[in-house]
Amino acid sequence: MISVGKIKQYSNVLERPLSKGKQEVSLSAFAFLFSELVQYNQTQVDNITELERRLEDAGYAVGARILELLCHREKGNRRETRLLGILSFVHSTVWKVLFGKVADSLEKGTEHEDEYMISEKELLVNRFISIPKDMGAFNCGAFVAGIVRGVLENAGFPAVVTAHFVPVEGQHRPRTTILIKFAEEVLRREATLV
Amino acid sequence: MAPVAPRSGDAIFANVERVNAELFTLTYGAIVRQLLTDLEEVDEVNKQLDQMGYNIGIRLIDEFLAKSNVSRCVDFKETAEVIAKVGLKMFLGITATVTNWDVEGTTCSLILEDNPLVDFVELPDTCQGLYYCNILSGVVRGALEMVSMKTEVTWLRDMLRGDDAFELQLKLLKQVPEEYPYKDDE
Repeated sequence: MISVGKIKQYSNVLERPLSKGKQEVSLSAFAFLFSELVQYNQTQVDNITELERRLEDAGYAVGARILELLCHREKGNRRETRLLGILSFVHSTVWKVLFGKVADSLEKGTEHEDEYMISEKELLVNRFISIPKDMGAFNCGAFVAGIVRGVLENAGFPAVVTAHFVPVEGQHRPRTTILIKFAEEVLRREATLV
Repeated sequence: MAPVAPRSGDAIFANVERVNAELFTLTYGAIVRQLLTDLEEVDEVNKQLDQMGYNIGIRLIDEFLAKSNVSRCVDFKETAEVIAKVGLKMFLGITATVTNWDVEGTTCSLILEDNPLVDFVELPDTCQGLYYCNILSGVVRGALEMVSMKTEVTWLRDMLRGDDAFELQLKLLKQVPEEYPYKDDE
């Protein structure tokens, strides 16, 4: 096959220069697309757990890629190896790039050593979503939980990540908390590092 | 009351809330990958992407009309220009060139100057029949149907398939006459 000009030059995706990542699209474009993602997955499942799992899978794919991208672009080809390092990378760097702001809070669970929480007053993906009553505790944040799991797992920190609504006093809408529960091996390894 | 002047795509884009294009691109990639896993056949994926785009188009047209002040286009030529310069700009931040008109003025091509859907994408050998951006053609078709235009929208050139540009062909099939009661409130 004969290809010409620009194409020839960029025949391989890896040879293309890495963009600075400052390009934007309208929030509506993303909202429309995300809504189609949710609706399509709704047709593929018969319960809420399954739907959340599928959204999480989709998010995981995004997370795995964003980790790779940001390690190249923002961290000079290095990635975090310590627990707090990777958590703050997710809370600050990843959040900033994906959602335009640092996450509202990052906390350590008080009851369990292996649990951490990232909370967001108004999570981007939940902004245009209202959950019908018959769908109970369904949370589109599962997509973002998937992104977080994708980043963590591919950086060598396997974890179970889930999204939950937490009512806030005096607020009409609940905030979304992303609960991260690290695998045992992660904590064991962390304990051996100085 | 004097008609309000249509706003330029740039002006609208500057004023709407925006998100990082990479979130959009990677999310779209995740959708395509899910479809490939679920449906297995590339043709089915093309169809599903088109359907999703259509669903978006029929909803998106409302926002487009509300924010752009664009009123009825005098002819299909104006329609194509509006899509290329206002529609694509306000949602995706890109523009297109309209070209290759046929003599009747019912078929033309949009050449996309940039395409945020395909960043980081390379089609593997197993997906050669895939129209990766098929959602976009669905959006255009759906949106135009809501303003009484039946169209056929197809990809003529696709850089992921080795072409030198992204070319989307718009073909006006028919103008659906508005039926009584007229919904127009002019």
